[in-house]
Order: sequence, then structure tokens, then C-alpha cells
Amino acid sequence: MKILRCPLNGPRNISEFACFGEVVEMPEPAETGDDAWADHVWNDNNTAGVVREWWCHLPSSTWFIAERDTVTDKILRSYPASEVYGERRDFKAGTPPT
Amino acid sequence: MAWGLLKYGFSRRYPARRDIPPTPDLKPSYDVVIIGGGGHGLATAYYLARDHGIRRVCVLEKGYLAGGNTARNTAVIRSNYITPESVRFYKESVELYDGLSAELGFNLLYSQRGQLTLAHSDATLRTFRQRAEVGRFCGTRIEMVDRKQIRELVPGLNLEMKRYPIQGGLWHPDGGTGRHDAVAWGYAARAAELGVEIHQRTEVIGLSVDNGRVTAVHTDRGMTQGGQVVQAVAGMSSQVAALARIRLPIRSFPLQAMVTQPLKPFLDPLVSSAGLHAYVSQTARGELVIGGGSDPYPLYATRSTLDLKESLIGHTLELFPFLAEVRLLRQWAGITDMTPDYSPILGASPLKNYWLDAGWGTWGFKATPVAGKRLAEAVATGKLPAILEPFRLERFRSFDLVNEMGATAASH
Repeated sequence: MKILRCPLNGPRNISEFACFGEVVEMPEPAETGDDAWADHVWNDNNTAGVVREWWCHLPSSTWFIAERDTVTDKILRSYPASEVYGERRDFKAGTPPT
Repeated sequence: MAWGLLKYGFSRRYPARRDIPPTPDLKPSYDVVIIGGGGHGLATAYYLARDHGIRRVCVLEKGYLAGGNTARNTAVIRSNYITPESVRFYKESVELYDGLSAELGFNLLYSQRGQLTLAHSDATLRTFRQRAEVGRFCGTRIEMVDRKQIRELVPGLNLEMKRYPIQGGLWHPDGGTGRHDAVAWGYAARAAELGVEIHQRTEVIGLSVDNGRVTAVHTDRGMTQGGQVVQAVAGMSSQVAALARIRLPIRSFPLQAMVTQPLKPFLDPLVSSAGLHAYVSQTARGELVIGGGSDPYPLYATRSTLDLKESLIGHTLELFPFLAEVRLLRQWAGITDMTPDYSPILGASPLKNYWLDAGWGTWGFKATPVAGKRLAEAVATGKLPAILEPFRLERFRSFDLVNEMGATAASH
């Protein structure tokens, strides 16, 4: 059994969690062209090595960030998202450039 | 016996058979450089040489032939997908497999014994009906079967499982298996005869890109150049594409499989259950090959986990309860390059002379002949064959995805 530490619930079986992919900055939609937007939607770094990812503890719906090595399958750290995202981010209104 | 060894073993009249020549020195340039010496890369090389007369081809393999995901899949060959694009593509592959042992002069242990997929819910039966109609429209052999027919096809199957009673099935007589590493070796042997150079233990460590073209391929055995360069490196697609500064819509997950001790032959067709995430087939040796879905999170390690084994074995025992005392012989994992629409990425890349054979999740082995043949056609003529059109990388820019939900593990 592999253990992942949830910042709210402590160490739990990794089967209680779901991985939601690498933490990436979402581009400003109003300022992003079609190609860059498609790149953001579909492409993935698919990192071989240490990666910072969104995880969710499903029974408690707790979202957080974990650092993990995708080659050795070692979990290095997990912490609340507030460590990375300290304040609210609002996106601009408007039509994206074509 | 010792006398026999001396008489035949050291005699020039009985030379050891050598399928491919020893690795030569790397030449400064080739017409086509293929990165990856698995089934797909070797098939592409073979068809380039045979169909298009392009023989100045080299295949670069960082390990040994077919040592990657070519020999880590569960050797299933089928074409019962759900979209017409996929069915046409995999149907051509099944047809190529049919005559491949004879064509290559290499025993691929190809065995077309049919695949039975089980439905445990009305929703699954509805998608089966669609798959049967699409398959029939495209000319594959496929039909819906009821419980009585299932009992005739697989007498030992437990139809009355408690939580998920079997309601019906999808019978695909075209389904079968082949010996996966033999496919790669067969292609390698015939490609080498036609002049293709195969460089084992030659790792690509860099690609020089200039003015929208790959101008040099750097390996740990020196540098070479290719008029055209093809990447066919399932399990490492994102990393090799990154050398050419190309980003791909791929996330890599391990897929674990296992084999039991040999049993007397009791299972003719391949049996698969989407609802239970398990599929079972019996090899010519009598071993049961058991596979299921990919792991739940992306990873490049081919380690084993007890969690996945437990659920896979649990589901297999629901199908065949009498296997409870059977021992496992071995287990392994392969790396599946999953794409958002469970379909491969084949054809041109953003670079002018760089071609992609990538995005092989759980559908790579069965596509080996068609991917090799059609990609060779694309590389030789510079024009993408219509059958590959739906799978071009460009579809992720135009939001024109294939959405192939008939793929194994298409449940993430």
C-alpha cells in the first residue's frame, strides 16, 4: 500500500486520492491566441522526474499540491495549495485574439 | 551427444542462423533515420525498403530489439473499436497480420481465435450494439451474442456473478494474438536483408533543429543525419519529442499484467470485460495472460503494486472462480502513452522532416503492421495516406479529436 499525506487528513492509502496533473499557470484567456490555448488545453510536459501536481483526497474533497518523482515513484512532499497560490486570481473579461 | 555437437555445432555446413548482422559503424547520413527499434520502428524500416525502395535507412535502438513496450503488451490483435476511423485503421492491421508469418518467413504464432467482450449493464450493451453496427459497416466480423451463445463460446465462464451478472457480449471472430517480440524480429530480419542498418545499444541523446528541420541526430555512438527522421519510441514519446522541441498531448501510465502457471487448454477465445477492467487469454503454452486498466496516476516506473494485482485478480476470479488456487508465474508492466482521445498520433510534426509514431496507449502492438506500412508511405511520398488522416497531431489544434472509447483502459 502506498501512502500519500493529505494536508487535512494526514497519511492515507493512495487509492483514496486522484491525480489531476501538473501544476501549470493558466494563460490569461483574453490575451491568448488559439494555438497557445490549444497547447494549454491538450499538451502535457509529461515530466520524467520531479513534478508538482494537483491531487485530491476524494472522500473529503480536499485539494492540495504534491511533489513526486515520476521515475522512482517516490512522493517527496505534499502541502496546501495556499503555499503556492496565496491570493485570488481574477481573469480579464473580453474576447480572446484570433 | 558430444560427438553430435562437434559434428554439427562446429561444421561450416551447419552455420548458426543470424537474423540480423552485427551493429555496423554509424554512417554520416541516411535517407531516413528511425529512432526506436521496436515493432513500429522496424516495420516502418521494412516497408520503406520493400515498398518504396528506400534502403539507406538506419534504426537506432537504445537497448535491444523489441526490449521496450513491444514485448510488454499482452499481444492482443483486434479491430472492434467504436469509431469508423479506428475500425478501418485496425482492420487493415488485422488483415496485414493474417499473412505476415508467410510474408516475413518468420513464425509469429499468429492465432486468430476470436475475442469476446462482456457487458454487465444496459449501457454497455448499447455501446456494443453501436460497435457491432460500426464494425459491420466497415467490413469486420463482429456481432452481439446473448448469454446462451456466451456459454457455448466459453463454457467455464461464470455468468451469474453476484454484483455484475453478464447480460450479453460482443463477439469478434477477427480477434486474436501474436508473438509480440517475433513481430519485431521478423520485420528486423527482412529489413536487414533489404539493406536497413539496425543499431542496437545506440541511444539518441539530442536532435539539432535549424530552420524548421532536424539537421542532426546525436547519439552516444556519434552523430548522423537523416533526410527524414521518424520517432517510434512508445513509452518515451514525450521525452524524445522534447529533444525536437515538440510538445505532445500524452501522459504516460504503467499498465500491469501477469501470467499464471500453465493449465490444460480450456479457453479458446480472448475474454475481456470493460466493466471489470480485466481481460484474460490462454497462451499456446497454457498460461493465462491477465491484464487490465492502466495505473491510476502517471509514472515511468514499471514496478509492481499489490493494489492493482488484488483488484485484477479479484475481477478475474469473478469471471473464472475455479482459478482461485492457480499460482502466478510472473508479472510485469509496460508504459502506456495515453492520449486524450485514446488514439495514436501518426504523421507529420511541426518540423518539416520529422515524423511521429506516438501516442500508443493500449493499442500499439495490434497496430504495428498498419502503422509501419502507412507511415512508411507518408515518409516516402510526403503525403499522409487517408487512413492516417484522423490521427495527425494537428487534430489537437483544430479540436477535431477521434474519441475512441472502444480502447482498452478508455475509462480514465
